[in-house]
Amino acid sequence: MASRKDPMGIGLAVLNRIASSPAIDRLGLRKQAEKAVYHGTRAGFQAAGGAARTFKRVKGSGKPARQGSSGDSGVFDLTPTEDQQMIVGVVSEFAAEVLRPGAEAAEKTDDTPKEVLAQTSEFGLSLLNVPEALGGLSEERSATTGVLVAEALAYGDMGQAVACLAPSAVATAISLWGSDEQQQTYLPSFTGEDVPAAALVIAEPTPLFDPFTLTTTATKRGSGYVLNGLKSGAVRGTEAELFVVAASLDGTPALFVVEAAAEGVSVAADPSMGLRAAGLTRLKLDEAPAALLGDGTEDDYREAIRLSRLGWSALALGTAKAVLDYTKEYVVGREAFGEPIAHRQSVAFMVANIAIELEGMRLVTLKAASRAEQGQPHAREVALARKLAAEHGMKIGTDGVQLLGGHGFVKEHPVERWYRDLRAVGLMEGAVLV
Amino acid sequence: MINLETPRKFRAFVVQANQVADNFLRSNSRKYDLAEHSYPKELDLLASLIDGMSDSGEGQGAGAAGVRRSDDETDGKKAKVRNGTNMSSVLSVIEMCWGDVGLVLSMPRQGLGNSAIASVATDEQLEKYKGTWAAMAITEPSFGSDSAAIKTTAVKDGDHYVLNGEKIFVTSGDRADSVVVWATLDKSLGRAAIKSFVVSKDTPGIRVERLEHKLGIRASDTAVIVLDNCRVHESNLLGSPEIDVKQGFAGVMATFDNTRPLVAGMAVGCARASLEVIRDLLEKAGVEIDYDRPATAQSYAAATFIQMEADWEAALLLTLEAAWLADNLKPNSMEASMAKAKAGRVGNDITLKCVELAGTLGYSETEFLEKWSRDSKILDIFEGTQQIQQLIVARRLLNLSSAQLR
Repeated sequence: MASRKDPMGIGLAVLNRIASSPAIDRLGLRKQAEKAVYHGTRAGFQAAGGAARTFKRVKGSGKPARQGSSGDSGVFDLTPTEDQQMIVGVVSEFAAEVLRPGAEAAEKTDDTPKEVLAQTSEFGLSLLNVPEALGGLSEERSATTGVLVAEALAYGDMGQAVACLAPSAVATAISLWGSDEQQQTYLPSFTGEDVPAAALVIAEPTPLFDPFTLTTTATKRGSGYVLNGLKSGAVRGTEAELFVVAASLDGTPALFVVEAAAEGVSVAADPSMGLRAAGLTRLKLDEAPAALLGDGTEDDYREAIRLSRLGWSALALGTAKAVLDYTKEYVVGREAFGEPIAHRQSVAFMVANIAIELEGMRLVTLKAASRAEQGQPHAREVALARKLAAEHGMKIGTDGVQLLGGHGFVKEHPVERWYRDLRAVGLMEGAVLV
Repeated sequence: MINLETPRKFRAFVVQANQVADNFLRSNSRKYDLAEHSYPKELDLLASLIDGMSDSGEGQGAGAAGVRRSDDETDGKKAKVRNGTNMSSVLSVIEMCWGDVGLVLSMPRQGLGNSAIASVATDEQLEKYKGTWAAMAITEPSFGSDSAAIKTTAVKDGDHYVLNGEKIFVTSGDRADSVVVWATLDKSLGRAAIKSFVVSKDTPGIRVERLEHKLGIRASDTAVIVLDNCRVHESNLLGSPEIDVKQGFAGVMATFDNTRPLVAGMAVGCARASLEVIRDLLEKAGVEIDYDRPATAQSYAAATFIQMEADWEAALLLTLEAAWLADNLKPNSMEASMAKAKAGRVGNDITLKCVELAGTLGYSETEFLEKWSRDSKILDIFEGTQQIQQLIVARRLLNLSSAQLR
């Protein structure tokens, strides 16, 4: 993957990766066994990174590689590029054939099957925001592509989507803000065959959590730092080999690279309302050795928070679309009082409002992404997209269950899972990054 | 390539429109809110300015004629994405309604009837009605949303039609010099028999009965119009005179696909005015709005502001999407209704919430907030109420007919 892409573009590069994949047998994935460990039964914190690799330190030449921004086209346009259409096409197929049918099983095991994760790394999901020079797929920032991909994955299943995107979040963070040495040390693993489980960990289990006021601290120790504190929302933490963790350094938040195999790093399963397939964990840091990610500027940190929230907004779009399509079909087929319930305005208008609010939040999310990609200020647009995803995304979730009535409340239909997953949007920080 | 910024070629024009709105509309806003039914003479100058821009092709669709669908800008480059007159009309109306909705509705020669003419008239009719100020008369005392229930009749008599009926809620019905009247050729044939006629106000048999006193948009006159054996030439009929039962309502309703994004734009512009003022007032009162900190960790006022702004942004982009589809000759009926539904309700919600946040200051006439919260209500009603928009969206989404989903 290290060679330069010819003008066929990254869409073809992705297709090629799938075609050459030995695990192309998607039907096999559909019948995946429930063999993953049931994390929910684990009690208490255990040392992290049991099977983790040690990342061999590579001395950098000084200047980190960064992707460029795409610039302002000057034309209002809602049409994805051909590359984006191609990638979304592939990912949508994967979401429909693998993620959606496997959602129930993945939820039961509190994890995403290794085969599914392997397949997404073969797609090159973790490479979208890695510079070409470092084995990634693109010269330019592609936050919009990231949004479209996350949306397409979440249409299948948000929990597994988060698990699939978690290593990409770490690779993206290191690409965007890491030093040359950090890029050289860690990125080859993410661009290689065996992509490590990794998690971007921002959240802490406190009410009214504010990522700019952290309780986890970083203290200078020798040439590096040590971290102390309790983090939450670490995706597949029990499997993770590498963490990028938010901690407060002299009162200012910053990101740190923490290897899972290090002393003082322990994880505990943190089974939650939804996102079960993401294998959420808490991360305890007790004098855990860490390295500041890049220069650790506050601007970088703010950017990380924004791009992560953008990722969550994108996930909400996919799950909300799943709700819309499912309820559309249900209300037309379900009869009461001698006719389809869709013939009643109180029912039909709920569906109309789902579609209206979804389209609105989708456009605002895309605007935020395109501004990020063009290198324009986007704090405002990200905040608005997140607010819409939180408010209307949850409303869509709850209306989805309501429209199915008692049937929505039971696991025979997926809407109750979408309800639980959609609650995560608007409160999660970290985990995904576009 | 996905990009939702204001098109580069319209950016300077938007700034100009805003300056015009500030100097001609906002500055006369309270005056005509208080002096209901008095003629806003300041608009005459502005209207001729807009006419001039339209004639020279520099108007970028500043007026009501901007909704006409044509290939004028393609220059043979059909595949290319276009930002055309639908987009610029919407951008223009947003800025102008940021100034004052009532005055925009009173703009000479920019009436809803002008949009109807622009949407469905033949080229000959377009030439014939050039320069007219046309109001639109659909609603009658016995119906509102159910426009198929029209009782006003048009009876063929030689090469003329004879119109009889009463029309209410005719915006600019007093000031306009013609009225586009909806009437039925044969009530027994339902929607398909409904046609629209351009009736000059100096035609014998048409008269303004009275003017309404309203909650908001008081700068705009709202008339009751009576048609009493009013004879118009057959060439005044817009669209086809045939009663095509299959096509039904489609002809006359086509206007709405084009005007709904404009009304959505009105709501977006009005709500933005409120948001700007409340932000200023809140910040002066020491409220800090931080886009990066979670809304839950900020004050109620700041969190409310962010919520309002988020819904406003969604309304704006839905409106631009509907216009963009029209410019690129793609169907936009559902998107136009989505934009109108979202913008109509959030425009009203936002302006009312801003009054609440500002307390008695917002409630008082010393600020515009109370006015905008009165003006915004009509935007969720005319050109199809909130409920009608939802009906349209739901029928499209669920693939149901008007007989199934009533």
